[in-house]
Amino acid sequence: MRELDVKFISEAVVEMCKDSNYILGEDVIRAFQKGLEEEVSPVGKEVFKQLLENARIAREEEVPMCQDTGTAVIFVELGQEVLLVGGDFEEAVNAGVRQGYQEGFLRKSIVRDPLDRKNTGDNTPAIIHVKLVQGDQVRLVMAPKGGGSENMSTLKMLTPAQGVKGLENFVVETVRLAGSNPCPPIVVGIGLGGSFERVAYLAKKALLRPLGSPNPDTFYADLEDKLLEKINNTGIGPQGFGGRFTALAVHIEVFPCHIASLPAAVNINCHASRSVEKVL
Amino acid sequence: MEFKKITSPLTDEKVRNLKAGDNILISGEIYTARDAAHKKLIELLEKGRPWPVNLRGQIIYYVGPTPAKPGQVIGSSGPTTSGRMDPYTPTMLKSGVKAVIGKGSRNQETRKAFQDYKGVYLAATGGAGALLAKTIKEAEVVAYPELGPEAVRRLVVEDFPATVINDIYGNDLYEEGRRRYAREK
Ligand code: SF4
Repeated sequence: MRELDVKFISEAVVEMCKDSNYILGEDVIRAFQKGLEEEVSPVGKEVFKQLLENARIAREEEVPMCQDTGTAVIFVELGQEVLLVGGDFEEAVNAGVRQGYQEGFLRKSIVRDPLDRKNTGDNTPAIIHVKLVQGDQVRLVMAPKGGGSENMSTLKMLTPAQGVKGLENFVVETVRLAGSNPCPPIVVGIGLGGSFERVAYLAKKALLRPLGSPNPDTFYADLEDKLLEKINNTGIGPQGFGGRFTALAVHIEVFPCHIASLPAAVNINCHASRSVEKVL
Repeated sequence: MEFKKITSPLTDEKVRNLKAGDNILISGEIYTARDAAHKKLIELLEKGRPWPVNLRGQIIYYVGPTPAKPGQVIGSSGPTTSGRMDPYTPTMLKSGVKAVIGKGSRNQETRKAFQDYKGVYLAATGGAGALLAKTIKEAEVVAYPELGPEAVRRLVVEDFPATVINDIYGNDLYEEGRRRYAREK
């Protein structure tokens, strides 16, 4: 067993809150550059120009790229040979979020109760997903998620008979209804299979894949390409101003499911497709 | 890309020149208000009481900035989703507001209100908060400080970039842009 003090988890989370909000990944920057070169709509081109400039300012001046610094969504892969000591694990993660959002001048966007709407004042609690894995390391991924794009996400229990056609219609319809609201160009995360709760998790996980890395299964990689084309044929375009770049990527994650079900979830992410990773 | 330069406060004359699809650069004063501030302003109107700030001819920006770092005028300041303000916007326009800045489409009633009251709906690039903050030269809270990021602020901007979505002629860039670039039957 390897002992790990939870204070190191807090410290890592503090840094990840700031980095994820200040520094946009190289994969996303590359997708913006492609958009700037290939977008045919002049207003759409101007959007890519602004997004590249925005990412540069955020990185160089260490300020949030977007004012919605999101819900702190944190994925943890916990090695089963790690013994966590020094305090409560969840509290350690939340302490990191509290400190990171304060020190990093990030916006606190969490309300303590969905109906009474009082702000918790420190952006906690985080949404924490823990998975036990082999080994003696802890891998943390922080992916702050904005409200504008999260609100446009949908889950549907399709019937097996609806099959791939049903899935395609559901995905394109979700993007069409979202229109300009989720700050296109968007990233589309699709969960397929599992159960009601697992499929939403899969859709969110799909967003974490670097842009431009297809599903390892060629059937799903082809489906990702096909869906991207269909989505970009809607004409919504950057910011919904009209154009060919509505989405930068479509990622699908799949899991076996019940003989009677075909769960499908679409988690939409905005171009502020933020995530950072740390291994302890 | 050509930009039309405009200065606030706005008049019928200035608004007449703005067409859906125009890229513009705004200079002068703009006022921030989101959900909570709108609710309070509308309540005052219903009670027949005056507003804490005069918004006649002014531009309202739907934004909840991040906290400013030391030395910054304001934190990151991109637009929030405008649809949530739809229930309030026709009344705001009727009361003299000339333009609003946000992101995302408006409902039928609100779009019609832009035509009826000679106002425009502008979109700023959603998610470009760091870039937009650079164009904000002054910021002060002028009403409802208790609302924190949702307080009403008076901003002075220089060349704040925006795109005209709904003009006074009934055009809508979101609809037209989509139609122009769609490749579907
Ligand atoms: S949808 Fe994304 S880019 Fe747009 S305001 Fe929200 S967090 Fe920012």
